[in-house]
Amino acid sequence: MSAFFKLRRLLPALALLCTAFSLSGCDYALMDPKGPIGVDERNLILLATGLMLIVVVPVIGMTIAFAWRYRSSNEKAAYTPDWEHSNAIEVVVWVVPCLIIIALGLITWTSTHALDPYKPIASEKAPVEVEVVSLDWKWLFIYPDLKIASVNELAFPAGTPVHFKMTSGSVMNAIFMPQLGSMVYTMAGMQTQLSLLADHTGTFDGISSNFSGDGFSDMKFFAKSMSEDDFQSWVEHARASGNVLSSTVYHELEKPSEKVPVAYYGDIDPMVYHEALGMMAMSPAAAAPAAAEKGM
Amino acid sequence: MFGKLTWNAIPYNEPIPMAAGAAVVIVVAIVLLWITIKGHWPYLWREWITSVDHKRIGVMYCLLALVMLLRGFSDAIMMRSHLAFAAGDGQGYLPPEHYNQIFSAHGVIMIFFTAMPFVIGLMNFVVPLQLGIRDVAFPTLNSVSLWLTASGVLLINASLVIGEFARTGWLAYPPLSELQFSPDVGVDYYLWSLQISGVGTLLSGINLVTTILKMRAPGMTYTRMPVFCWTALASNLLIVAAFPVLTATFALLTLDRYLGFHFFTNDHGGNAMMYLNLIWVWGHPEVYILILPAFGVFSEVVSTFSSKPLFGYRSMILATMCICILSFLVWLHHFFTMGAGADVNGFFGIMTMVIAVPTGVKVFNWMFTMYGGRVRFEVPILWTIGFMVTFVIGGLTGVLMAVPPVDFVLHNSLFLVAHFHNVAIGGVLFGAFAGYTYWFPKAFGFKLHEGLGKAAFWCWLFGFYLAFMPLYVIGLMGATRRMQHYDDMTWQPWMMCAFAGAALILLGIVFQVLQLIVSIRQREQLADISGDPWDGRSLEWATTSPPAVFNFAVMPDVQGEEAYWGIKQRAIELQKLVDEPDYEPIEMPRNSPTGIVSAFFASILGFALIWHIWWLVGVGLAGAYAVFVVFAWRIEDEYIVPAAEVARLDRERRRIRVETILPRGKPV
Repeated sequence: MSAFFKLRRLLPALALLCTAFSLSGCDYALMDPKGPIGVDERNLILLATGLMLIVVVPVIGMTIAFAWRYRSSNEKAAYTPDWEHSNAIEVVVWVVPCLIIIALGLITWTSTHALDPYKPIASEKAPVEVEVVSLDWKWLFIYPDLKIASVNELAFPAGTPVHFKMTSGSVMNAIFMPQLGSMVYTMAGMQTQLSLLADHTGTFDGISSNFSGDGFSDMKFFAKSMSEDDFQSWVEHARASGNVLSSTVYHELEKPSEKVPVAYYGDIDPMVYHEALGMMAMSPAAAAPAAAEKGM
Repeated sequence: MFGKLTWNAIPYNEPIPMAAGAAVVIVVAIVLLWITIKGHWPYLWREWITSVDHKRIGVMYCLLALVMLLRGFSDAIMMRSHLAFAAGDGQGYLPPEHYNQIFSAHGVIMIFFTAMPFVIGLMNFVVPLQLGIRDVAFPTLNSVSLWLTASGVLLINASLVIGEFARTGWLAYPPLSELQFSPDVGVDYYLWSLQISGVGTLLSGINLVTTILKMRAPGMTYTRMPVFCWTALASNLLIVAAFPVLTATFALLTLDRYLGFHFFTNDHGGNAMMYLNLIWVWGHPEVYILILPAFGVFSEVVSTFSSKPLFGYRSMILATMCICILSFLVWLHHFFTMGAGADVNGFFGIMTMVIAVPTGVKVFNWMFTMYGGRVRFEVPILWTIGFMVTFVIGGLTGVLMAVPPVDFVLHNSLFLVAHFHNVAIGGVLFGAFAGYTYWFPKAFGFKLHEGLGKAAFWCWLFGFYLAFMPLYVIGLMGATRRMQHYDDMTWQPWMMCAFAGAALILLGIVFQVLQLIVSIRQREQLADISGDPWDGRSLEWATTSPPAVFNFAVMPDVQGEEAYWGIKQRAIELQKLVDEPDYEPIEMPRNSPTGIVSAFFASILGFALIWHIWWLVGVGLAGAYAVFVVFAWRIEDEYIVPAAEVARLDRERRRIRVETILPRGKPV
């Protein structure tokens, strides 16, 4: 028995060790963010966890200590068979969790507003506008200002905010680049938004993080954060592809397909995104721009 | 003639479901054959299948849960073994169309057909005994509830060999679950098995709420009820409030799928966000429907095995009812990433955290119940201590994800999967196992084997940590849930570790099965003669093990909290029981086949609706209605246990009590 209890006491320590390990490794995408949103969110994870450990560690320790100290074979421990109430303890056990939750609540309220995915990121540079359409099972990225588009590859200059307007051409998905931060759902017939910023160059994983059917596991893309010059040449490369994202091409693209290779479109029909958004446009809800804009 | 049903519905060319299905069919056939050869049918029909005794119904609920635990676990270990090898170029052995069915079925089975029947079974068995009464308010309805749940179980298992199950995840979010994206019968199996069992659950909720509010023994005021009864009350109030929402939500999706409506479709103004809101308005209270009775079990166990009253009884009640109410104010935290504004997300995030306060209070109260006690480390309290340590970790990660910006990166990740298994296994399942071990001698008259019980506990505990701590880790690496394979090879060691954990849990389950077999074989040595094997404190321990059909020969006179403890201490002090009462004849409800027959027709109805066999739908509906009419026109549904028989049984109980309880002496 006692051996088991000693082992069990080690478990929280092991969990801590894992966490510590996770901070050092670079495999831990959420602990190794490459943009301010991701950094804030990582810090929030660590802060909130730290705050709660103030209560959780003593609770685990006391639980094991009390159980062991008051084991029936331990005659030395005082037995108080009728002790069932203490105002002082009651006050402490209600008040301490309340204080922690008040602290955490304040942090929650401010951070939720600061990190609202809809909130534009303050920057001297104008954001890159990207319209995102999730399809079965690939990602379509349209750059309305640059008049290009790509499939399963997203590129943007490092240090410049990216503003996504998103919808779905089929079922619900969520766009998620773990090292950049926040995910948001994409839903048919309505538009959601997201602002992100990478302050490093690099290639980051992008996934769908909401199950969308058989091809879901391969519904991935690379998010390439580039220098301004590299981004310009990426744009030129896309333009040189000679493909045009027209309504016809879009309807071909929206048919279900898996493991779709990267593709570029040198020109776009600007109505394609609106068509995707309003594909279900007979609906009054989707047509009402205010409702669509809010995503609610 | 047979709607969409053809011979092609049987997946001949798919070895895994065929093998699994064949195994199930063979096991069921062997069991049925054995019952037939041994001639047990008349006994089973008379004493169990048509029984309206809350104790037998409770036992059957728990048995159903245990069987479905095996089914749900086999799904789990398939997923874990698949993912341990589906890394990089490896695609594992389950193609997406199977894998997607398996994780959907796993979730549905574990929540609806393992956890739910387990806690409902425990409440059914224990609540009337603890309240000092003879049965629930509506005994026949209770039997109907059980068999409707069994009907849902039958349908979901039928999907293994006839057709397929949903490939949508356990909550079947539209538009994926709409006809456009899921044209097969999988989602229909999902909808009808849950609709039918959901009706059973709702009826059960109404039954237990009525029982607790209206049928307590004399003197059993609200503030004298054991905490398990309070948590049962809270849980059943939540069932009554939340399950109609589930029924309505599924009905809307059904209208979309069957009659071309557009509640949640992509086109014609459908709005899937409405489904997400509705399903979680049911879904979050559901979490508390499951965990509150488990909290009740822990409260009973920690007090009994510490040989002390529960610390802060009133505080416990307050905390329970706070959780009950707050559970309806947090549903939006399941989709912070849907684009609601910061005010809305912030509000629901904070409300979610507020629930941590009463939950934290409970943990402290259990802790201080052990303080100053004499803790006997028998199996039920091992589950309880294991729960307390494990659950606070799950609570921590839960509150963590209640911070919306944290959820923006952890939503739908394996971190989330680890979190809810942390609270579902470490909370609900450990609670169910604690209750199972604790009340087993009351139900059957003998204890479960202790050594095997401890072995099972340690396997489950370490198995849990080994299986789910790695998922927290790879969640932080950016792994999302429901992946059929993954490219990142650095995840594989963690997936292997999780698989090893699942294997350890399997060993725990093997010990539990062995425990049951060994205990039945050694029931003579493990017999509980006294009716009070753990030195209990509430009224269920005042009766024999197993209790007589009427539970109590005379209604107990409750004079304080811990009703039985007071009676017992007085008897030990005076070295005699209270004077023998005047025995009177007792009216008990007659057994009735209403439950099984109505469930038979409900199963036909469900199956026919799934396969669009419209004439059979008519048969099912007509049959179910006929059962209702026949039952409504019954003339006599009670029988009398004569006073002499009551007296004989109770004198025997008193004789044993004098021999076994009085010599225990007063605790120091």
